[in-house]
Amino acid sequence: MSDSFLRKLIFDEKIRSLVVQTLIIGIFALIIYLVTQQTAYNLEKRGIGTGFGFLNMSAGYDISIRLIPYTSESTHFRAYLVGLINTLMISICGCFLATILGFLVGIIRLSSNWLFRNIAYVYVEFTRNVPVLLQIILYYTILLYLPKIKQALILFDTFYITNRGIYSPSPIFKDGFSVVAWSLVIAIIFTIFLKKYLKKKQDQTGKQYPIFYINSALIIFTPIIFYYIMGMPLDFDHPILKGFNFKGGMVVRPEFMGMLLGLSIYTAAFISETVRSGIISVSKGQREASQALGLKNNLVLRLIVIPQALRVIIPPLTSQYLNLTKNSSLGIAIGYADLVHGFGGISLNQTGKAIEIMSMVMITYLTISLTISLFMNIYNKAVQFKGNA
Amino acid sequence: MSSSIPFTHNKYYSWCRNNLFSSWINGIITILSIYFIYEVSSFFLNWTIFEADFVNNFRGEKITDRTFCSKNIEPGQHGACWAIIIVRFHQFIYGFYPVEEAWRVNLVYGLLPFALVGIFFDNLPFRKYFIYFTFLFPFIGYFLLYGGAGLDVVGTSKWGGLLVTLFLGVTGILLAFPLSIILALGRRSKMPVIKTICVIFIEFIRGVPLITLLFTANVMLPLFLPEGVRPDNLLRALVAVTLFQSAYMAEAIRGGLQAIPKGQLEAAQSLGLTYWQSTRKIILPQALKISIPPIVNTCIGLFKDTSLVLIIGLFDLLGVGRAAVADIDWAKLHYEVYVFISLVFFIFCFGMSRYSLYLEKKLKTDNS
Repeated sequence: MSDSFLRKLIFDEKIRSLVVQTLIIGIFALIIYLVTQQTAYNLEKRGIGTGFGFLNMSAGYDISIRLIPYTSESTHFRAYLVGLINTLMISICGCFLATILGFLVGIIRLSSNWLFRNIAYVYVEFTRNVPVLLQIILYYTILLYLPKIKQALILFDTFYITNRGIYSPSPIFKDGFSVVAWSLVIAIIFTIFLKKYLKKKQDQTGKQYPIFYINSALIIFTPIIFYYIMGMPLDFDHPILKGFNFKGGMVVRPEFMGMLLGLSIYTAAFISETVRSGIISVSKGQREASQALGLKNNLVLRLIVIPQALRVIIPPLTSQYLNLTKNSSLGIAIGYADLVHGFGGISLNQTGKAIEIMSMVMITYLTISLTISLFMNIYNKAVQFKGNA
Repeated sequence: MSSSIPFTHNKYYSWCRNNLFSSWINGIITILSIYFIYEVSSFFLNWTIFEADFVNNFRGEKITDRTFCSKNIEPGQHGACWAIIIVRFHQFIYGFYPVEEAWRVNLVYGLLPFALVGIFFDNLPFRKYFIYFTFLFPFIGYFLLYGGAGLDVVGTSKWGGLLVTLFLGVTGILLAFPLSIILALGRRSKMPVIKTICVIFIEFIRGVPLITLLFTANVMLPLFLPEGVRPDNLLRALVAVTLFQSAYMAEAIRGGLQAIPKGQLEAAQSLGLTYWQSTRKIILPQALKISIPPIVNTCIGLFKDTSLVLIIGLFDLLGVGRAAVADIDWAKLHYEVYVFISLVFFIFCFGMSRYSLYLEKKLKTDNS
């Protein structure tokens, strides 16, 4: 009896795997139990309580870069929100800039001009083989060596470039500007329907319409016309030098600029490589076949090459966006007030609630990562092969 | 043959014609590129070499602090002041390691190539022994660096510069390797419990920034452990780096595992091999071979990411650099320090990326 049981334990796959898994669950439960016991003991000894009550307490520190109202009397939860918004802001701006720069460099890398494409190659090799943190610190240092406020570099009489940031006029929206904004939204929605309608008509009649030009004209001119109809409801608040600082206007801080430059220049090098390999992956025969059909060059690119290249580009592009978002946590090195710097750094030091704060920060990043992959997966499905896959 | 073609140009001429001046737009781009290269390289060469100070400034005085840099004597006219690198060279390479014990670090640096060649080149004679040495190396290296048993103990707080960067990079990679194989196999396991644990671990680590893991290891590891056990800062960072690297490496290995046709496993099973036998003798050798290029790429990433430890207060290469810049005697020499450190990182990472390219090419010819 016991002999056959032992035999089953070793040779019956189902029973063996059941035993192994139970054992593993047991070991994990034991480890978790021991760690929680130890942690509770350590926390009690240090006099640190647990719980999220601290979120409603006053934070007591200031954050210079913020998009929502925040003072040093605001709560820790408010500090969390400010940091989260700053993280999202730098990630979105960085992804945007890195994509443009990356596509540009990727296309230059395929140029037929030997010198031109090798300049791009040198750029790619030098930026992707140097740590992004070092680059962020380096660009930030360069920005700090810009002229002082008194000797500000002035561009077009409107932009003031200083080591405290780039000052520019800020828009003031007067009554009626919302009409202009809505007209733009309606124009965009209208163009989507127009495009569908014209495509359908083209399929039926074979007549081609300059869809791109019509739609661009609609999107550009509709808001301009409404802008004049409503009596130019937009004013600018120009920055004016008063004493030691500028009053009015908007400012882009060097911390933000340094992060933006570092993240986008670094990530663009990787994106350019994915773009390059994506375009190469479209076989030459595709291009030649479409030319043989009589398609013009720009149509070959738009209808044949880019849709197929995107299939290859999108998955690695997603992971580059994820990397950029995760790297935005390096703001702490130059004082950019992101999630890790403010909430994960200063709040943690003040309250000592390491477990609560770090888990909040990590869950937030996980959520951001999962959201990005979700959206990119949806987009990826849209551009993949359809039909018999 | 070629002499019978009526118009034969010099091959340099035709190369230029095809690659630089194939159309008039290309010609303009070429000229603009030449101008751009001239401007950038002349600026850079002047700054780094021709107008730079190395040990003496242009008056011939020995440079002991930044007031002797010619950049300071004649502002805006002179290039870099490399004296800061030369004076602090010991710190960049060894950190605060005692000067008289530095031979131990040199020995470790010298042994490092022997520990790595075994992994990198599979046609090496006596490769087996080199691989044994690779796995012994972390222990030998740690003993040499830390001391004990006859050698003076040098605490990890005195380690710094390139030493810490290489220590975290190399040890992190070597420790993560076995862990990542287990994770990759676990993720493909048929047992739901093991699979779930591995998936959660890998996706969690890949979803959060390394800096949060470093913070967690730094702040929370002491909370989790009994009182007597207090791993020092460097070991805490090493734990975070190893876990981080193992998740990324596991994904690279999983890619290799997926590329192995199912028939291989079935053939192995039909021969009567058990799971572990077929995995160890049939599947893994093939899978690891194809996943080496992506593994090397994750290693490049990790090597660059070791610079993050400066945020938790360790003095790696970049950390030492920042400390050098903060020194009042040498203040405002940021560019010199950062350019030097960039160059060091570039050499390591570029070398690894070339190696990964070489492997990819070799694999392509092997399989076809």
